[in-house]
Amino acid sequence: MPSRSGPNEASTPQRASKGARILPQWVSTTALLLPAYGWLTLAVFLPLLTMFLFSFMNKTPMGKAPIEFTLRHYRAFIDQPYLIKIATNTLLMGLWTTLACAVLGFLAALALVRCTTGARRETLLILILLPFWTNGLVRVFSWTMVLRENGFLDNIWHWIAPAAGSIAILYSREAIVIGLVHGYLPYMILTCYIALVTIDDAIIEAAQSLGARWWVILTKILIPLAAPGLISGAVLTFVPVIGSFMEPRILGGKVGVTMGTVIEDQFTQAFNWPLGASLSFTLLAVTMAIFATFSGVLRRGSGGTA
Amino acid sequence: MTRLGQIFLGMILIFLYTPILVLMAMGFNESELYELPFRFSTRWYSALASNTELLTSGFNSIVLAVTTAVVATTIGTLAALALSRRSFRGRSLLQLLLLPPIAIPWLITGTAMLIFFFWTGIGRGMHALIIGHVALAVPYVVLVVGTGMKSVRADLEEAAMSLGSTPIHAFFAITLPLLFPSILGAALFAFAVSLDQFVISYFLSSPGYTTLPVQIYSAIRKGFTPEINAISTLLLLGSMTAILIFARFAKPGAPK
Repeated sequence: MPSRSGPNEASTPQRASKGARILPQWVSTTALLLPAYGWLTLAVFLPLLTMFLFSFMNKTPMGKAPIEFTLRHYRAFIDQPYLIKIATNTLLMGLWTTLACAVLGFLAALALVRCTTGARRETLLILILLPFWTNGLVRVFSWTMVLRENGFLDNIWHWIAPAAGSIAILYSREAIVIGLVHGYLPYMILTCYIALVTIDDAIIEAAQSLGARWWVILTKILIPLAAPGLISGAVLTFVPVIGSFMEPRILGGKVGVTMGTVIEDQFTQAFNWPLGASLSFTLLAVTMAIFATFSGVLRRGSGGTA
Repeated sequence: MTRLGQIFLGMILIFLYTPILVLMAMGFNESELYELPFRFSTRWYSALASNTELLTSGFNSIVLAVTTAVVATTIGTLAALALSRRSFRGRSLLQLLLLPPIAIPWLITGTAMLIFFFWTGIGRGMHALIIGHVALAVPYVVLVVGTGMKSVRADLEEAAMSLGSTPIHAFFAITLPLLFPSILGAALFAFAVSLDQFVISYFLSSPGYTTLPVQIYSAIRKGFTPEINAISTLLLLGSMTAILIFARFAKPGAPK
């Protein structure tokens, strides 16, 4: 994020006197900002406000029937108890994915920092991050080829153990978590790497020379110092995961019912937009609460990743 | 210990790339039902050449990504200039407002856009997709160009202006050339953001105007042939190329 820098401040009066001949400075500043922020207002902020309004309507406003305002949709979790089970499953999916990403991501970042150097490390980092910026849908689809019956893994398994049964796990909760971990692991590796790479080798050497075992170094030095990276990685994994819908649909089949797919259904199948809007807003509130809780850590963490 | 770490990294790479390579390989497998053993064939790529539905949506995706890159880079660069060179009240609030499009799950943003565009009569289709994609890409452009601005020294512009250059001339003669790698990097980034976008496109595309990911998704759900693997392979290679070029431009001084 752009930061305040010294020369700017000092030069402002001089610039103002120069610009004053044509236009006051605030006019040009506004002109520079208006297109981007006007666009964001039209495409993001007004839609979010409209959705908030819709979440109180009694029905999707089609045709001429009068609209009434109600809090009914925010009571959905009480009126429709099956939603609680779905919400629990969604949170569990988020927790398992985040946990797996945190463990694998931390270890991979540690291995990058401690076991690789120079050009080789840079190449490895690019290779790890490259899939993150390719199409998420296609990557989820690719897992169906690996996990399905008579798919890639199943074939390898039959080749190793011809007599054993199938190990295909497509259309299960495990398959959803595998696909999601594949999607968000690169991000976790990056945030942990940024945190770990700043740790001074001398601290670890000092601990070793004083006789610290490896697990003391891990739990007393590495994990605490990498905590900002772990936390921002965890937040930026957990939040999109609990809002996901195409991963559970493609990899979970019938067991892949999550808050995301329920919301999608309201907009594409059930056509109950107010219910969809209120569920979306509930999800947004959870998201905001998570961001607010960790905002201090995220601000420090995002300075490195941005 | 070093060996162990390297083996672990190797396993992570295997995990990340196995499905992608399997997907690509299956595009060259003859069997329609993805049956193994593998028999090499290019029939799915030939079939692709006459699949107008997929080709049209692929063309739409590219047009959309180029439009998004041009518009988002233009308005995002202007905002980045103001945010990093001017000091005014409310600047940190404006910087904070860049985060919602990045941080809020796309499902929420996408359904909100659907409701608003329906309600205001903007509707769905190409124009709705452009509005949505540019909004998602602008924050990234502001962040990338803003980071680039830090390395362009403000006193160079001051020097030019104290020698009689107008602010606009100073911008085009000094700042823009120095900032060019960042701007190009931001444009490629915006291109990749748009090309990879599925969730927002899913809610905003109309029956007459879809993008490639939306078309792939409906194929996955309705039944498909390895043609989908073939077009997916091309899509993956396209965005990987864009990101590799981006990595080169966004890091001035990185080993070439």
